[in-house]
Amino acid sequence: MDAASILIQMLNSLQYGLLLFLVASGLTLVFGIMGIINLAHGSFYMIGAYLAFAISSATGSLFMAILLGIPLALAFGAFLEWALFSHLYKRDHLEQVLLTYGLILIFEEVRSLLLGDEVHGVEIPAIFSASIPLSDVLSYPVYRLVISVVCIVLVVALYYLIQRTRLGMMIRAGNHDRTMVEALGININVIYRFVFALGVALAALAGMLAAPISSVFPNMGSHVLIISFVIVVIGGIGSVSGALLAALIVGFADTFGKVLIPEYSGMVVYLVMAVVLLWRPEGIFKKG
Amino acid sequence: MNTTVSMAFKLAVFASLAAVPLLGESFYTELLAKTLVLAIFAMSLDLLVGFTGLVSFGHAAYFGVAAYAAALLSPEYEAANLWLVFPAAVGAAMLVAFVVGLFVLRTKGIYFIMVTLAFAQLAYFVFHDTALGGGSDGIYVNVKPSAELAGFQPFNLDNPEHLYYFVLAMLVLVYVFLARILQSPFGRVLVGIKSNEHRMQSLGYITFRYKLAAFALAGGLAGVAGFLYAVLFGFVTPELLSWHHSGNVLLTVILGGMGNLLGAVAGAFAFTAMQEVFGSWTKHWQLLMGCVIVAAVLFLPGGLSAIPGRIKRTLQGDSTHD
Repeated sequence: MDAASILIQMLNSLQYGLLLFLVASGLTLVFGIMGIINLAHGSFYMIGAYLAFAISSATGSLFMAILLGIPLALAFGAFLEWALFSHLYKRDHLEQVLLTYGLILIFEEVRSLLLGDEVHGVEIPAIFSASIPLSDVLSYPVYRLVISVVCIVLVVALYYLIQRTRLGMMIRAGNHDRTMVEALGININVIYRFVFALGVALAALAGMLAAPISSVFPNMGSHVLIISFVIVVIGGIGSVSGALLAALIVGFADTFGKVLIPEYSGMVVYLVMAVVLLWRPEGIFKKG
Repeated sequence: MNTTVSMAFKLAVFASLAAVPLLGESFYTELLAKTLVLAIFAMSLDLLVGFTGLVSFGHAAYFGVAAYAAALLSPEYEAANLWLVFPAAVGAAMLVAFVVGLFVLRTKGIYFIMVTLAFAQLAYFVFHDTALGGGSDGIYVNVKPSAELAGFQPFNLDNPEHLYYFVLAMLVLVYVFLARILQSPFGRVLVGIKSNEHRMQSLGYITFRYKLAAFALAGGLAGVAGFLYAVLFGFVTPELLSWHHSGNVLLTVILGGMGNLLGAVAGAFAFTAMQEVFGSWTKHWQLLMGCVIVAAVLFLPGGLSAIPGRIKRTLQGDSTHD
């Protein structure tokens, strides 16, 4: 490989890894803080992508889709937490697995009823549709760079929220010890609802951003879900910085796996996970 | 339940299952054989989930490995020897489960659920992406294995009735085997691990070894189901290892009530019945299935096998139990 194509693959890895982080960060927070395993998290990515498709084909603008989609996703997340997930906190993991598995079936079928089972494309916004030439034959699409930049901004914002604000302090405290936080007079249920809604919105946003490059298709959430599980396992449950590192590792492993050993690329990510498990069974960043 | 009543009940269930081919409706015989395969699969998972407390979300991998082993070990246009290919397929599933167990049993709780899923996905990609088993198209088992033993053929799997009785016999064997295992000291240790692993460790049990043995055993029994599936349908695809398949068998176990072998069998019947009934109403049957699952978790903790106890308590006016 020449320098230009290596650069392209590096940028692709970064963009893929950061996008996965958006999905995995919500998953790891919900695991870490509420102790809930949510299989339906990948569906939020799918729902985001379909929202982007539905709204952008109605209004002609992806920006409009994102602008409308984020509040919708937040509201949907808060509703789900209120209606279903708040009943699961004291149940065991098995029941959480089951209920969220049921939710996946419901989301997929409702999607199929409303929007059908065809594969759809979403237009890249006109101002980002250009490509930057890297060599005579190779160029890099601006839109992918935009995704990376948006994700980096979100990573910084999430870091600030969790590490530097009062709300973030409560989230971290809730991650550590729920009972103690309640004893200090903080309404933990409000924090839970907020974190859950935030996780849904981040996953949906990832779906919206990815829609123009990956297209929109049935079951698109399940692959992302399982990869996000791998990220959470590698990074350590509840650790947002662990999820970031793990997402980048997975992004690079997957992208370069596809280029270097195409036939075995599906397995690379899982082998990385197996190695990490041998080395640190509780992930790179242990919770605590 | 009183042991005589319980025994009579089991015999009645067995007798009615054995009588089904006599109806001569091949559709029902095949549907029932499929249900019995699911029942074996569910019992094997129940050993982990219900008795040892290990929530494996990748159990379809071992089912699929055995199904693929059956397909790959059979010559293309001749019958394989059942008495060689069956143990080989089960052994392959067991071996894979043993190796995966070495990794996944290092983790606990939520991690265990995710890691078993991830390893199953790895196995899925091995068959989906490489040419080993025909890639995403899958592979055919053209000729059913022959049961011939030293020139004598006790039964013929090409005959649908014989095949059905073979599956039924396997169900009974797996049930009796698991029931005996659970009565044995080994089984008692597993149940002990489920209720309190630390206590078992302080009693001197090396719980990792017990869990590994249970994991490999459950993988092997899932392999029995996978092998039977391959023989029954003559067709094996990577979807057998998919996480939807793992989810469905987990659902079957929970539907029937965990930690109850006959419950797992009841769960298999309930699952197939739902699939058939909902499927006859609408092509969006999974929507109804999803609603049933969500409602069952919210309103029916304990599964189907908890219903008699709940009715009893309601009749006795005991409102203390939720």
